[in-house]
Amino acid sequence: MALQLYADLCSQPCRSVYIFLQKNNIPFQLKEIRLLVGEQHSEEFQKVNILKKVPVIKDEDFTLAESVAILKYLACKYQTPDHWYPADLQKRARVDEYLSWQQTTLRPQAGNIFRMKVLFPIVTGGPAPEDKMKEAQDELTKVLESFQEKFLQDKPFIIGTEISLADLVAIAELMQPLGGGYDPLEGSPTLTAWRDRVKAAIGKDLFNKAHEAILTAAETLKSLFQGPPETVAAAKASFRKYFK
Amino acid sequence: MGLELYLDLHSQPCRAVYIFAKKNNIAFEFKLVNLGTGQQFSEEFGKVNALRVVPAMKDGDFTLGESVAILKYLACKYPTPDHWYPADLQKRARVDEYLSWQHMTIRYHGSRIFMLRGLLPTLTGQPIPKDRMDEALEDLQKSMQTFEDKFLQGKPYIVGEKVSLADLVALVELMQPLGTGVDPLEGWPKLIEWRERVKGDVGKALFDEAHETLMKSKISIKALDRNSPMMQQLVKTLQKRYK
Repeated sequence: MALQLYADLCSQPCRSVYIFLQKNNIPFQLKEIRLLVGEQHSEEFQKVNILKKVPVIKDEDFTLAESVAILKYLACKYQTPDHWYPADLQKRARVDEYLSWQQTTLRPQAGNIFRMKVLFPIVTGGPAPEDKMKEAQDELTKVLESFQEKFLQDKPFIIGTEISLADLVAIAELMQPLGGGYDPLEGSPTLTAWRDRVKAAIGKDLFNKAHEAILTAAETLKSLFQGPPETVAAAKASFRKYFK
Repeated sequence: MGLELYLDLHSQPCRAVYIFAKKNNIAFEFKLVNLGTGQQFSEEFGKVNALRVVPAMKDGDFTLGESVAILKYLACKYPTPDHWYPADLQKRARVDEYLSWQHMTIRYHGSRIFMLRGLLPTLTGQPIPKDRMDEALEDLQKSMQTFEDKFLQGKPYIVGEKVSLADLVALVELMQPLGTGVDPLEGWPKLIEWRERVKGDVGKALFDEAHETLMKSKISIKALDRNSPMMQQLVKTLQKRYK
């Protein structure tokens, strides 16, 4: 049985895994779990992943969550080109370093912009307060400064001359605010050049296909909220946890 | 020049790196970075880790931050027993899975308890409301339930029959609240058994040595200069991160 990927392409870590699989021609079956309608809470999906999160892969009897773990597993199992997750200890450590750092910095801050721009109005009925929005944008800007100074510096890609898992994960996260109409890289020629380079390395068509869902998420939500009341209530409940 | 490890043993990820290196007889020079006096902001340390956090490692010209990366680097570079970071793809993936998941769950909530109970009240001179402290402990226990149900699942260790980097990292994080006199594992017999097992694998003497600094936290926190600009900035950062 082919590898199964449980994913929603509105989710950044799902996109990283999806792009990696497609780019490396690893055959897989996409099992869509629509987060916007709470499908991650279904009994069936809980049997796959008790954490009720995506992405998850199922490789025969082996189930694995956490995109960082999944990407490393796939890179090693399918012996993808070395640059993704180099065999060289020091280069590999640089990928590991970025993937660890971003969990508590770039990932939550970029995700927060999307949540505030798109999910907050749905839960509360009004836009996020301006001062909170500005604070969120400033936090992301600070994180991007660290990203540039410590990780990218003046290299074409995070670990050097070629794209790796680090750039892939970074770009998926940095596309999330665009789902709310905010481009965090605007005004930074270094970072926009990096983004273009990563897009090209992935392939424009694949990149665009992977990002279609997030870039139309706001519209999808609008039509969702014209749907049956139970669906609307389920979606609101599922978003509310972000705004405790 | 040999391996240098830049550490402050108040910090959980520093303890994981310290224990791993010592347990595996990896020769290193311990370079103290006293977080309480702001040594992480020194020019010297900035050259080791521009992000100014610990742990950090210097191996010849190669510098590295992030404990998860450092642990894997050491496990692969030095002749360490396979069980720490198995060569078997699926077992290795289980370690990676835990190490990824734990950042925003066990690590975050364990740290929050230490901050709310220990560091912040002393630095601000204001107690933290009881309901916030209770909430912090409840949140940690929710993560602990997931840890028990999804990661341990009745096995002796996270990956199966042997201790790995995953157990080591989990344990140092779950020790952090003890620095403020709270044992989050109280009332959790399976986790207490797991803790004893991992302590046994690490070796009691090494484990206790690594945790000595943490267990004296009340004293070291009282000695901090709460009026220094650095400390005041730190308070603001911590209040935002652990609200």
